[in-house]
Amino acid sequence: MQSFSKYISGIFTSLRSLLKGMGVTWKEFWTKKVTMEYPENRETLVISDRWRSELIMPHDENNEHACTACGICMMNCPNGTIKVISASIETEEGKKKKILDKHIWDYGSCTYCNLCVITCPSNAIIFNNDFEGAVFDRNKLVHQLNKPGSKLRDKKK
Amino acid sequence: MNYKQPLELNGLLLQLDLFLRGNLPPFWASLIEGLLILIAVLAAYAVIALILIYAERKVTAFFQARLGPNRVGKYGFIQSIADMIKILIKEIIHINRVDRFLFYAAPFFVICASVMAFGAIPFGQGLQAVDFNIGIVYVLAVSSLGIIGVLLAGWSSNNKYSMIGAMRSGAQFISYELSAAFALMTIVVMTGTMQLSEIVENQRYAWNIFNGHIPAIVAFVIYLISGHAETNRAPFDLPEAEGELTAGYHTEYSGMQFGFYYLAEYLNMFIIAAIATTVFLGGWMPIQIKGMDAFNQIMWYIPSYVWFIGKTAVLVFISLWVRWSFPRLRIDLLLNLEWKYLLPINLVNILIMVLIVLAGWTLTDLFPILFGN
Repeated sequence: MQSFSKYISGIFTSLRSLLKGMGVTWKEFWTKKVTMEYPENRETLVISDRWRSELIMPHDENNEHACTACGICMMNCPNGTIKVISASIETEEGKKKKILDKHIWDYGSCTYCNLCVITCPSNAIIFNNDFEGAVFDRNKLVHQLNKPGSKLRDKKK
Repeated sequence: MNYKQPLELNGLLLQLDLFLRGNLPPFWASLIEGLLILIAVLAAYAVIALILIYAERKVTAFFQARLGPNRVGKYGFIQSIADMIKILIKEIIHINRVDRFLFYAAPFFVICASVMAFGAIPFGQGLQAVDFNIGIVYVLAVSSLGIIGVLLAGWSSNNKYSMIGAMRSGAQFISYELSAAFALMTIVVMTGTMQLSEIVENQRYAWNIFNGHIPAIVAFVIYLISGHAETNRAPFDLPEAEGELTAGYHTEYSGMQFGFYYLAEYLNMFIIAAIATTVFLGGWMPIQIKGMDAFNQIMWYIPSYVWFIGKTAVLVFISLWVRWSFPRLRIDLLLNLEWKYLLPINLVNILIMVLIVLAGWTLTDLFPILFGN
C-alpha cells in the first residue's frame, strides 16, 4: 500500500517538476536575445581595447611620428613581418642622421604577438582594434605605416 | 444556424466537381479529381514541412536566446527553401555492402506512411481527402507503418549504430503506439464514433477535452507524450542519440534519401498535432457559444482551415517547447515511463471515461442547454 501511494505521489511530483522546467524555458523564450547582427550594428559594436588587429604608427597634427628607424621592431619580429627601411640625410650642422624612409608591415603574415610594440623604445607603433581588414588582393595587405611626408617628432627639450 | 462563411473553399471545390462531372465521363472525372487531390496533398505536405523547419529553427533559437535564421530573405523566410534546394541537388552516396533493395526502399516506407496519415486529416470544412468511418483506426494504422521503414533502414545499412538505433526506435514506437491508441480510444468511447468528420462535428459547442473533463485531459496529456515518443523527437530521440549512435537509423543515408527521413520527422510532428487538434481541440470547428449568434458569426468569418492551422500550431509549439526543456531519457527509463506509468494510467482512464459516459457526466449530458448539439 505504501509503495502504491509512493507511485501515485511520484507521478504528481514528477509532473510538477516537469512543469517547473517548462516554466524556466518559457521565461528564457522571452528574454532578450544575445545575437549580435554584425554588419548592421557597426555603430554600437564594442571591441575590446586589448584586441590587436592592425599595426599603426600614430601621427600627430603636424604629420610627425615618433619612429627613429632604429629597427628594433624589425629585429624582434618572429616572422619577418616588419621591414624598416631607413634613409640617411644630412642635418644643418653637417651631421649624418638616419631617418625613417618606409615602415612596412604585412597584415598577412603578422601573428599579433605584440613584441614590436613592447620593444619599441620610443613607443612609435601600436595595435589598434579596427578588425575589418579583409581585402581581395594579397598585395593590399602590405601596409606602409608612416604617412607620406611625415617626419620625426623633435624631442622635447 | 446558417452562418455566412465567405472565405471557405468548399463552394469552390463543389463547383470544380460539378464542372468536371458535367464535362467528362464519370471515370475520367474521378481520376482527374483523384490526381488533383494527390497533387494538393503532396504540395501541402512539402509546404508544411518547409514552414515547420523554419518554425522549428526560429523557435529553437528563441529558446536559446538567439535570433535564428535571419539572413536569407526577410527574417530568414527563404532559408528553408534554400535548404530544400541544397538537399535536392546533393549526391546520394552509394554505400558498399548494404542490402541494396531494402536500403533504397526504406525511406519510401517512412514517407508513404507519413503521407497516408497526412491525407486523412480534416484540414477544414470540406478539406478532407478521405473520410473513413474508422478514421482514427486508419490514421493509427498507417502512421505505425513508418516503423517498418525505420527498422529496414537500420537492418539494411549494415552498420551497428544504425542497427541499435533502429532497434531502440522499434521498442519505443511499439510501446508508445499502445498509449497513443488508448488515449484516442478514450475519446472514441465518449463520442461514439471513429469518423473524423463526425468527431469534429460533435465538438461544435464543447471541445472533447472540456466535454470529457478529467479523463479527457489525462488522455490529451498522454496522447501528447506518446505522440512525441512516436515521432522520435527530443526528449524521446534516443533512436538517433547523436552522442551515442552518430545519427541512429539514418546514419548511412545522404542526399534526398536522408531528406525523406527529415521530412517525415517534421510531418509526423505535424500529424500528431493535427490529430490531437481534431480529436481533442475541436478540429477545424470555430469557437462557438450556443445562443450567441453574433459572436458565432464573427467566429465563422475566420475560415475553418485557419482555425485548424492555428490550433495545430499551438500544439506544434508545445512540442518544440518540450523538446528544448527536457533532457533525453535513457532507454530503460523510457520503457519504464510507458509500461509502468502511461499504460496503467491509460487503462484506468478509459475505465473512468466509460463510467462517466454511462453515468451521463459529460458536459453535453450535464448541461444540454449550454453545450448540446
